[in-house]
Parts: sequence; C-alpha cells; structure tokens
Amino acid sequence: MSLSIILEAVSYVPGLAAIAAGIAVIGAALGIGKIGQSAMEAMARQPEAADGIRSGMIIAGALVEGATLFAIVVCLLASLG
Amino acid sequence: MNHVLKHIVFILLLAWIAFAPARSYAQDTVQEPKKESLDVKSFIFGHTGDSYCFHITEIHEKPVCVWLPVIVKCKDGGGWHCFSSKHICELKEGETFEHKGARFYIPPITADKYPGKLVEVKADGSLSRPFDISFTKNAFGIFIVCIFLVAFFLPAARKYKKDPLAQPTKYQGLVEWLTYMVLDGIVRPNIRKEKVNKFAPYLLTVFFFIFFANLFGLIPFFPFGANVTGNLSITIVLALMTYFFVNLFGNRHYWKDILWPDVPVFLKAFPLMPIIELISTITKPFALMVRLFANILAGHIVIMVLMALIFIIGGMYGAGMGGVMSIVSIFMTIFMTALELLVAYIQAYVFTMLSSIFIGMAQEEPKHE
Repeated sequence: MSLSIILEAVSYVPGLAAIAAGIAVIGAALGIGKIGQSAMEAMARQPEAADGIRSGMIIAGALVEGATLFAIVVCLLASLG
Repeated sequence: MNHVLKHIVFILLLAWIAFAPARSYAQDTVQEPKKESLDVKSFIFGHTGDSYCFHITEIHEKPVCVWLPVIVKCKDGGGWHCFSSKHICELKEGETFEHKGARFYIPPITADKYPGKLVEVKADGSLSRPFDISFTKNAFGIFIVCIFLVAFFLPAARKYKKDPLAQPTKYQGLVEWLTYMVLDGIVRPNIRKEKVNKFAPYLLTVFFFIFFANLFGLIPFFPFGANVTGNLSITIVLALMTYFFVNLFGNRHYWKDILWPDVPVFLKAFPLMPIIELISTITKPFALMVRLFANILAGHIVIMVLMALIFIIGGMYGAGMGGVMSIVSIFMTIFMTALELLVAYIQAYVFTMLSSIFIGMAQEEPKHE
C-alpha cells in the first residue's frame, strides 16, 4: 500500500517542481527589489556616487540571481528527470 | 492623418484582429481541427543542446543542415572512425549506420540510455559510448567566437606595435575603449598593481569570450546560432580556468589563510576550518559556472517557449488563433531578446569581476605595519 502511495506521489513531482520554481522566483524578486530600493535611495542622496553605486547594484543583483538560478536548475532537473 | 480617422482605423484594425478566431471557426466547425502538436521538448533541447549537425532550416520537409564531422574512437580496441554526420542524423527509427565494421546510431532525446549522443551497437546488441571528439555544433560555435576575437583584436595590437605614436584610427579607438573598459573597470581595481599584467590577458580573454559567445547565441542564422555558454560543459571549463588561476598562482599568505588560518586552535586542529576553506575554494568557481549557465540557458528557453507557443496554440485552436498568438508572441520575443542582450553583457561582466576578485584575493600581500 505504501509503495502505491509513493508511486502516486512521484507522479506529482513535475507539478511540485513548477511550484518550487515559483517560490524560488519570489525569493529572487524580493532580494533584487531590496537591492534596487537601496541603490535608488543612495543614488538620490549622492548623485555624484551614482556610477559606483550602479555597478555595485548590478553585481549584487547578479549574485542574488545566481543563487536563484541554482534553485531553478534543480527544479528543471526535477521536472524533466 | 485626420485625428478622428486615426481612431477609426485603429478600432477597425483591433476588431479585425479580435474576430480572426471567429473567421477561422466558421470554416472549421464541420471538420475536426488538425492536431499536429509541436514536440516541445525536442524543439527546445534541439535548439539549446549540442548536436552533431548544424541544423539550419527545412525546405519542403527536407532538412538543410551543415553536416559536421563525427570523430570517434571505439572502446575495446576499435579504430578511429571519422565520417560526416549526414549518415547518422538522417537515420530513421531503428536503423544503424555501418562504418568500417562498427554500427552507430543516436538514441532520441526521450531514450533512457545516452539520449542524443552517438552510441556504438556492438555485436551482441549492447550499447557502448565511444571516445567522442566530434566537431559538434558547440565546438563549431566556440571556433566561430575565437575566429571573431582573433580577427577583431589582433589587427589593433599589430598596429600599435608597428607604430605606437601614430594617431589611432577609429577602429583602434573602439578596441581601446573596450579593452580599457575591462582593464580599468574590472581588473585594475581588484588586483595588485605588480600582478595586473600577469592576469590581465586571461581576464580580458574570458570577458570577451563570454560576451561574444552570449551574443552569438542570440543571432538566429548560420553560422552564429549555436548556444555556446548555455551548456554546462563549456561553463565548467571556464570555471576550472578561474580555479587554476586562483589556486595555482596563489600566494603563500593565501594558502596559509586557507590551511592554517589565524583562528583558535580548536577550530583548526581536527581540520575543520581548513576543510571548510578548501570546500569554499571549489564552491566559488562552481557558483560562477552555474550562474552563467543558468542565466543564458534560461533566456534561450524562454525565447524558444514563446516561439513554440505560436504553434501550440495554433495546433489547439486552429490557424487563425495561431496568427493572433504570433503577434503577441513576436512582441514578447523581441522584448526577451533585448533583455538577453543586457544579460549577455552583465553575465560576462559578473564572471570577469568575480574572477578578478578571487585572483586579487589570492595575490594579496599583507601590509607591513
């Protein structure tokens, strides 16, 4: 009986992978949103430092997105493998 | 045009588009809608994965490809086999290609063992994967990027060497601008002045390779359409190069901070801190690899899915709806491709910036107070 439950649960994995990908994107959006918010505020306070702040923002955004894409790759693997 | 007339034309256009599905339904109610659904998985992975032939298009159901050479060496004492991929890419289901006594075929993407890779069928029917150094689509893509880099940058270097004091031409100005954007923006802020010249060639090369490989993956026609950086096998090599440059040329102080850091003894006695530090030397290039791979692959997959949507909707609801979908889809694809241009630059920038930060950290000398 437990084997059939496990087999039935496994058939839900592609759907669960899709939900997991959605949750991962929530994390990315929150993180990059905060980075953008603080970057905008800092650039408004001190416009002559805008160039350095902008490149820092892009690097931090890429790092956060890198972490999210780990999760997305795992979801892709789960949904297709 | 007259102000009111413009509004009338706009509303008529909108109505014509909106009622297109009704027009197609008026014809199709009698017969069953044709269900030639698109095989999405093989469509997407055919475009983003590696393949033995460079598929360009299909004219009258006959594929037009550039047949790249297959170069394999069979295991267990076999010889080298070198033939055009035309023979194995056009095999039907279940056929094998015979070459000098060995039979080859490519299992489809949905197969269990070795999907999409050339396998040899031995005499007893078992599959074995030979030593494969074929010139595949990705290898072709890498060569195109390398030829472009050489043809774009080396003439400028030669001009500077021949006459350093001549007035630079516009082409030299462009090369100078690109090079100094990387050198002064990425390399010099992170690496010690004495060591910049040792690592600048690698960092400049990796920046321009990744940037142009990303860009060329977006150009849809031959010879540029190969998805080079969206493959794990290529980004792992780039990450390995960064790993070697960081650790092979690392300072004594760098290795001392890893293997015997300045922490209380109970943390480094049973090698707790050293093991954590050694693992962190691997995870940093690993993150570089996955970041570049996933960003580029995700962009390509989104563009492919948007294009495939046209045919999926057309297959489900008839050709009229497919036509409407194609307008929406084309707009979104243009937007996504523009975003991918930005991502191409940002990923090259972040890879090179992080590589130079790691290299700079490995070359630091403690300041003598």
